[in-house]
Order: sequence, then structure tokens, then C-alpha cells
Amino acid sequence: MSSTEHTAETHVHRDDIGSRMGMWLFLFTELILFGGMFLIYSVYRFEYPEAFHLAAKELNTIMGAFNTAVLLTSSMTMALSIVAIQRNQKILSIWLQMITIFLALFFLVNKYFEWTAKFHHGIYPGSEELLSKGSGEILFFGLYYVMTGLHGIHVIVGMVLIGVMTRMTRKDIITKDSYVRLENAGLYWHLVDIIWIFLFPLFYLIT
Amino acid sequence: MAVESATIKSNGHEPSYLEYKGKHTGLLGWILSTDHKRIGILYLVSLSIFFLVGVTFGVLMRLELIAPGRTIMDAQTYNSIFTLHGVIMIFLFVVPGLPAVFGNFVLPLLIGAKDVAFPRINLMSWYMYVIGGLLAIVAILLPGGPADTGWTFYIPYSVRTNTNVMFALFAAFILGFSSILTGLNFVTTVHRLRAPGMTWFKMPLSVWSLYSTAWVQVLATPIIGITLLLVAVERWLGVGIFDPALGGDPVLYQHLFWIYSHPAVYIMILPAMGVVSEIIPVFARRTIFGYKFIAFSSIAIALFGSLVWAHHMFTVGMSDTGQFVFSLLTMLVAIPSAIKVFNWVATLYKGSIELATPMLFVLAFIFLFTIGGLTGVMQGILTVDIQVHDTSFIVAHFHYVMFGGTGFGFFAALHYWFPKMFGRMYNRKLAKVAFWFLFVGFNVLYFPMFIMGWLGMPRRYYDYLPEFQPYHFVSTVGSWILVAGLLMMIYNLYHSVKKGQVVTEKNPWGGETLEWQIDTPPIHENFTDIPKIDSDPYQYKMNDDVLEKEEVS
Repeated sequence: MSSTEHTAETHVHRDDIGSRMGMWLFLFTELILFGGMFLIYSVYRFEYPEAFHLAAKELNTIMGAFNTAVLLTSSMTMALSIVAIQRNQKILSIWLQMITIFLALFFLVNKYFEWTAKFHHGIYPGSEELLSKGSGEILFFGLYYVMTGLHGIHVIVGMVLIGVMTRMTRKDIITKDSYVRLENAGLYWHLVDIIWIFLFPLFYLIT
Repeated sequence: MAVESATIKSNGHEPSYLEYKGKHTGLLGWILSTDHKRIGILYLVSLSIFFLVGVTFGVLMRLELIAPGRTIMDAQTYNSIFTLHGVIMIFLFVVPGLPAVFGNFVLPLLIGAKDVAFPRINLMSWYMYVIGGLLAIVAILLPGGPADTGWTFYIPYSVRTNTNVMFALFAAFILGFSSILTGLNFVTTVHRLRAPGMTWFKMPLSVWSLYSTAWVQVLATPIIGITLLLVAVERWLGVGIFDPALGGDPVLYQHLFWIYSHPAVYIMILPAMGVVSEIIPVFARRTIFGYKFIAFSSIAIALFGSLVWAHHMFTVGMSDTGQFVFSLLTMLVAIPSAIKVFNWVATLYKGSIELATPMLFVLAFIFLFTIGGLTGVMQGILTVDIQVHDTSFIVAHFHYVMFGGTGFGFFAALHYWFPKMFGRMYNRKLAKVAFWFLFVGFNVLYFPMFIMGWLGMPRRYYDYLPEFQPYHFVSTVGSWILVAGLLMMIYNLYHSVKKGQVVTEKNPWGGETLEWQIDTPPIHENFTDIPKIDSDPYQYKMNDDVLEKEEVS
């Protein structure tokens, strides 16, 4: 961590447990960040149960379910890549990481088509079509865009992160003996996955 | 002590962190340094600049209020100025103040570590702090003018006003992130990097309070992050979330805002309480009284403090049960706070008290914090709160706690660790004069606000009825005395960084914690050998004598 090559006794500070702990703390903050949104969701759901029910019918459950499967698979490949590096199978680990990134991209493309389909129907924040609907539906779609959007940003961040990990694995910075970074990236990716697992039923399955 | 300073010279071949030359030198050696001590100083410098900006706005605000009607600015400017004063003081001074400056500088020293757990993340948090600060400042200069919503950004006004609210929102968001990173770093540091033998109950008390603070930073800040982000999205894209015109619930916004912003006041006050617990034993030459009670009361404050937010909203509409629960919890927070105050006073009892400048600030802290704290309990009572809600009584209470508490705690810490930080001593006489100006000015400035608030003077008002003028006048005069004290203090410290009397002894105050056992100023990685801890942090020999005498009598 610290650059100490200039002092007399060079010590390289390495603390895997500490790094993991820092990562978990960061994940707590992420959970609370989304927790705030889930709270808002539940308040408005309670206030407008029927409108939420109706609005959810407009979402494409099949596409949502497909995306859930994609993301779950990516979580598996991510976990496998860590197992691979633990077993010193560098090439396999790199492949698995790249598959994870590919699946994440696939998820986003899917999401893109889903969003644009909604746009074509005139359902986007501030649109006349949406504003003509009731308050509950305005709130539902507002939350839908914001929550899946914020989740999408997390997917992008995750892709970049895993990309960096792939590079580090290739350069032997992540190895059989030192893979805490990859593990932390994995933790982050599982968080992204878990948040989607909550988003999916809340938006798609409440019809 | 003479013996000690002789030993330093004989083994003082390692350069101090101030003279240390790493990969980069000069200015780059500072702004790219991951050394926790240098980052602490970086925070100190940037924080002081923002503090002065905040003070300027405060003084202008007071000046406007010296007489009813227009005095020096129009109402819109006044609205912007109280917003900026709030945003800058809260997000750029009081919240990061003690943890980022002194937490960074002394936390690793206090626990016998070479640095924090994540030095690079530490530096990153400083950059985010600066970026957030600049965003808040830039908004002043851009067309549209600075935000005029108050630091609370209440909906729906914050989505309707045409001023640069976005900048203020993003500034607060980024500063929140910086605060989270600091908290995350400190929690991990305390868990992982304590010197061998330093068990939880051998940690100095300011470590306990920084640790509790760090948890609140980690757990509460994301809520304000997402809430402000949602307000920004609502402004920018017209997404319906809080705006009642789109079906949203502005009261929900207030809840989410205060879920962070109330615990935030404990982020602000807890480290100051830690500083007080650190300074009192040194200048009373007594072992701290009730170590475990002080330690656990920090945790209790962090815990209870997170569950009282709705007492800011007694007047906006809430169920009776809700009001009852929040009122009760609010009063419960007073218990751990009072435990601390009693323990501090008990430590002073029969101590050999030396009224050095840090001690003066600490005593002022106890006095002012008690006034602020007790008026806080008053406001926790529902009926009283309905009377004083949104009056300058609240402003007075808040400043007694935040400025009289955290502010004076910050100054105490500054005067206490100054010789360790810079290897120089300030002019002690001038420091005491400055203290008295600050103390008197503070009370003259804020005490009249209690009275006029009680009589019905609303807060944030540009104009007022003539019967309030005497109070406003006294208050404004107080602000001048306070500023005079501030200028004296800043001049003294600034001047002493370069020209103060050189301090080479390790332990100029006679402190017992680890930072006083290393070189002044500390070397690059603090400790040549990591110390082994086998005793409690506060052990004064005098203490036993005092106790013995007590037993005899």
C-alpha cells in the first residue's frame, strides 16, 4: 500500500483481512444507499398500491427474468474466476472474468432495449403521456428509471473494475498468493447482482 | 524532560515528516503524499480557508441583521448567504473538521501505527473534499446565483428555485463520499492496526470517539447521498420522487434528510468529546475518571443519535406515537452526553489543573456544550418545541453545540497538538488573550438569540420587528468580538508555524498517550519500532498520591 522504498527498513504493508474489511464496509454503504431508495419505494407502494400494480403490468417480465438469469450467471462466472486463480489456473481465470464482463454488457444491452421500448411508448420522466397518468404511476416509473438506472451505473462500474482485474491477472499482480483484489471485485459484483435480485420482483413481479 | 530531549538528539537522525523527501518534493510532495500526517495538514489548510469563507458569510449575515429592514444587502442575497454559511460550515468545516484533520494526524499515532489502513484512499478523500468545496464556491460566481434554499434543501422549493442548487447538491454529495471514505478508513485502521498489546480498553478515549464517529459516517452518510442525488435528478430530469405536484411526499424527503443530518451532528460532536477526554487528564494530571463509561457513552451516543431524527419535524405532521417515541429517544441521548460531562468534571476534581490554552478551550467546551445540550433537551419536549421551532432559539442551541462544542473542541485540539504537528510553539500569552475574546464574543453573539428566539424571533428572516433590535444589536457586536478573537488566534498560529519557538522535546505537555513518546515533529512513519502496549492509556503518578491523601482524610 504505502510507498516506502526510500526508508531504511522497507516494509510492504499488506493486510488482506483489512482490505476485505474495507470492502465490506463499502458494500454496507452501497446497501444503505440503495436502502434509501427501497424505503422510498415501499412508502409509495403503500400509498398507491393499485397504481403500482397497474404500472408494473407495463414492464416486460420475460425480459426482466432473462436479465436476472444473465446476471446470476455472471455472478457464478465471477466466483469461478476466483476459484480458478486460487488453483493457479491463470488463463481460465482470465477467461471467466472476461465472460463476466461480456454477460454484464449483455445485461446492459438488454436494458437499453427495454428502456427505449418504454421511451417509444412515451413513458419517460416529464413526458406528456406519463404526466397524464395518476400520481402513483408517475412515481412508479420515476423510481423504475432511477433505481434501474443507478443499478445500471453500478453494472458499468463493475465492468470497469473487473476489466482492471483482468489486466492485473494478466500482469501477474493478481496471483495464487495474492488475490484479495479479485475477491473484492467479486464481492462488489455479487452486490450488484443482489440488488438486481431485489429490483426484479419489486418492479416486474408485483402484477 | 531534559533527559528525554537529550535522547532525541542522539537518535534524531531520521528527518521529520515535514522535511521528509519522498518520490516527489516541494508542493507535489504534499499533494501527492499518502502520509497521514501530511494529509492531516492538507486538510487543516484547506479546511481553514473554507472556514474563513464561512465566517465571512456569518459576519455579513449578522451585519445585515443589526437593524430592521435593508442594511447592506437585499433579501435574496441574504437567503443565499445563510445557505452558503450553512453548507460551508456544515459540510466543509464541522463534519470533516476533527476527524479529517486531527483524526488523520493523530489516530495512527495514538494506536501505534505507521499509517492508516488505506493511505491512498485517504489521499483520495482529500481530493474529493477539495473538489466538493470548490463546487460549492464556484456556484457563487456563476449566473443564477448561489442556492437560496438553506442547507436543508427542503422540497419543493429546492426543485423550483432558479438558483444554482445543483452545484450545492453535488458538492454535498461529493463531500459525503469523502466523509464515507474517511470513516471506512478509520474503522479498518482501528480494527487492524492497533499496536500489539493495545486491547480495546487500552485505546485512548479519542480513538473510541473517532471509531464511533467513523461508524456513523459509514452508516448514515449514504442516505444523504442518495437523497440529494434524487433531488438533483428530480430537478434535472423532472422525475417524480418528492415533488408533491408529481405525487411525491415532501415530508418523506425531510425524514430522509434528517436520518443523516441528525446523526451528522454526532459526527460533528463526538470527536470533539474525544479531544476533551484526551486533554483533561493531561492538564489535570489525573487519570481519566470512568474510562469505560466514557468509551461506551461514545457508542451509546452514536447508537441513540441515529434514532432521533424526527425531532426536527415535530411541527410538520406525524402520528402521536411517532412524536412520543422520538421525543423520548431525544431525551435519552442526553444521558450518555451527561455521563461524559460528569466524568470530565470528576477527573478535574482534586486534579492539579494547569490552565494552558488547550485546557481553557476544553473548559469552555464543557460550559458551552452543557448550555447547548440542556437547551437541546428542552427542544426535545414536544410542547416547548412547538413554541421554539424555527426561531433563533434553535440557532442559538445549534451554535452552542456546534461552535461552542465542536468549534472550541477543534481549537483545543489545534492548540494541544500544534507543537507535535509543527515542532514549534505558539505565543501562549496571545493564545490566551485570543481565547478570552473568542469565549466572550461567542456568548455575546449567541446568547441573545436564545432570548429573542423565546420571544418569537423566527430564524432565517431578513427583516424583523423593532422590538427585537436590542438583541440583534448586541448579537452583532458579539460577532465582532468573536472575529477579533479568531483573527488573533489565526495570526498567532500562522505566525508560529514559521517563527514560533522551536520545540524539540517529545512531550511538551506531559501527556501519557503514544504520540508524546515519539519525535517532535514525528518522523515519516511515526515509529522506528512499533511500541508494545501493556498499560492503560492514562496513568498519572500524581493520581495515586491524590487518592491516598483522600483516603487518609
